Amino acid sequence: MDRLLFALLVIVAAPAATAFYIVLAERALRVLPERRQRRIRPWLWIGPALLLLTVFLIYPSVHTLVLSFFNADSTRPVGLDNYAYIATDQSMLVALRNNLLWVVLFSGLTVALGLLTAILTDRVPYEGVAKSVIFLPMAISFVAAGVIWRFMYDYRPPGVPQTGTLNAVLTALIPGFEPQAWLINSSVNNLALIVAGVWTWTGFCLVILSAALKGIPSDVIEAARVDGATELQIFRRIILPMMSPTIAVVVTTMIIFALKAFDIVYVMTNGNYDTEVIANRMYKELFNFRNFGRASAIAVLLLGAIAPVMILNISRFRAQEQRR
Amino acid sequence: MAWTRSFTSLRTVAGALALSVVISACGQSAQQQSGGSDASRIGGNVNVLATWGGDEQDSFLAMVKPFEDRTGVRIQYEGTRDLNAVLTTRVQGGNPPDVAGLPGPGQMAELARGGRLIDLSSVVDMASLQADYSQDWIRLGQVDNRLVGIFIKTSLKGQIWHNPAAFNQAGYSIPHTWDETMALSERIAQSGTAPWCIGLESGAASGWPGTDWIENIVLRQSGTDVYDRWYSGQLRWTSPEIQRAWQTWGQIVGNPSMVFGGRQGILATNFGDAGAQLFTTPPRCYLHQQGSFISSFYTKSNPNLQAAQDFDFFMFPPFDQAQASSSIEVAGDLFGMFKDTPQARALMQYLVTPEAQSIWTRRGGAISPNRQVGADAYPDIMTAKAAQTMISASTVRFDASDLMPEGMNNAFMRGLLDYVNDPTRLNEILTSLDRVQADTYSR
Repeated sequence: MDRLLFALLVIVAAPAATAFYIVLAERALRVLPERRQRRIRPWLWIGPALLLLTVFLIYPSVHTLVLSFFNADSTRPVGLDNYAYIATDQSMLVALRNNLLWVVLFSGLTVALGLLTAILTDRVPYEGVAKSVIFLPMAISFVAAGVIWRFMYDYRPPGVPQTGTLNAVLTALIPGFEPQAWLINSSVNNLALIVAGVWTWTGFCLVILSAALKGIPSDVIEAARVDGATELQIFRRIILPMMSPTIAVVVTTMIIFALKAFDIVYVMTNGNYDTEVIANRMYKELFNFRNFGRASAIAVLLLGAIAPVMILNISRFRAQEQRR
Repeated sequence: MAWTRSFTSLRTVAGALALSVVISACGQSAQQQSGGSDASRIGGNVNVLATWGGDEQDSFLAMVKPFEDRTGVRIQYEGTRDLNAVLTTRVQGGNPPDVAGLPGPGQMAELARGGRLIDLSSVVDMASLQADYSQDWIRLGQVDNRLVGIFIKTSLKGQIWHNPAAFNQAGYSIPHTWDETMALSERIAQSGTAPWCIGLESGAASGWPGTDWIENIVLRQSGTDVYDRWYSGQLRWTSPEIQRAWQTWGQIVGNPSMVFGGRQGILATNFGDAGAQLFTTPPRCYLHQQGSFISSFYTKSNPNLQAAQDFDFFMFPPFDQAQASSSIEVAGDLFGMFKDTPQARALMQYLVTPEAQSIWTRRGGAISPNRQVGADAYPDIMTAKAAQTMISASTVRFDASDLMPEGMNNAFMRGLLDYVNDPTRLNEILTSLDRVQADTYSR
């Protein structure tokens, strides 16, 4: 009850304080001459955002970078030891390999399936329903999605009724099919986890790509049809090029998600049986082993991997905005 | 990036929570003043964090109910299976629970050295604690001669469970040595049924039931000296003694006809579900190694089962009849105090009493570390037998994996999963455990 009150207080107080700050700043500005006003005003408006960014993003990032050169409890500098560890430790190498797998398969599948469903649903009368169904998993938290897929992949030894959906269906349909421990067998478990991720994120890609598809002027496509282009030609020569800026943004976003993959792995296998990913490893170093040095080094590695993709994403976005 | 962001947001949340605690604390003092005339009715709240869920949570709540009624203190219980992570987050975020279950002596030592835990010798009556608790139990709660944790519930480990009716009907008899156990296992396997049921799956802690196997084997095969040197990091994993223990377990887990469901079955089956196969007709297995707490899982999946009649246990057998015959492995739930409030003090004082502990033991699934809790405080003769086994044992050792640094424990569990997955990788697994040992104990 007290917490609820406090939450309400925050909801009311934070906007009130912001409004108060703006009014006060504008009042103070009025005493200055017109020219100085114009130069100072942007800084006053952007000030709070800059402050929050510094406190909540820049400071922790720098602090993390500093911690990565210290030992487990941050009492003694150890130079590059933590980085040497994450570059040689067996389970870190497995994690790096798996993240690469996630980047390729997860981003590839979500975008490809999103694009396919966007184009297919565009042509049917029940588009809204179809899109909603595919988008629905987005409403479920990733932890819940992981739990659901654990039930899907559940395994019971042969001879016992199969409770996992996948094994139950396969053993019923294919005579003599041996139930598989999908999350344990190292040849399929990474794929099994990625499929769970794809299920959750395809809807997101679909919605954005579908919006881009709708943005293509219909006269261009009609002109192509009049000129005798086939549907495949229209897709390859018109739709795809016109959607490419959006596709690029979606792909980079998905790559970032793939690099940050955590929830599904944590819930479904906790990185066992060669399914470890970088973010889960970082969680373990931080919360289970309380090795702040190594956890920070992994965080820096992750930041280093994501930053270029992020920069690419932003510059793409800017270029696209300018073209408008 | 994701990390820094979530870390700072944790801090904000923690700050918000800390504030809300201040607000609620103000509310309490008002309540107190208007409270009754009874001096022991202090009112207020205690925030308790522990690992228990389901039946165990119900038992804990039943245990503290008389305390709540008498003192007017409300227990706000929060259960998590990932205690280690939750506790670390909350302690780091400046928002520790008032009282919490500690994941094990290893982590307790880290928390105590970080100055997070309150010295309990000023909280509970030490004279009566010394009288009621064996010195071993008290010592396990001490760090640098300061008492920071007290066991409120314990369990016996390394029990081998069976279904007496099915067992006798098939003409099997209880083995007294490891060799007899293996001979029996082979006999059962030849009859076409798997002798053992094993389940290692346990979410983020998957693999821990295997640590009990290795520990019980090491303790009985090589003795207490090897056991102590091993968990304290002075004996390498690749040493002949430890390697032999893994290979001994490998005779069971590495042989698909020995365990129901084979290797995949072992890895995919939840520890709590594994034993249910003892009670099918015909049984899918005859033996299940697990601690004393497992009986509540049996009765949960099959409510009609009667202890001692439908399921019973014998202790993990010695390797040599003469040697180490009464060494037993135990585990338990340590409680520590993070905030020194009158309510938390009162709760800790209450939890160590035989009155409190016998509430849980009567409900089943627990053994009290308090000597004052008599045989009549156990629900059946089987549990009373387990309690008796624990009290009468000449040598008691605490769960080794709980005594190891968390990084070592985690690698141990993971190594067991890898071993079951592919027993030919034993050397590689033990070598990598040696590396973790060199790394985690040096801190």
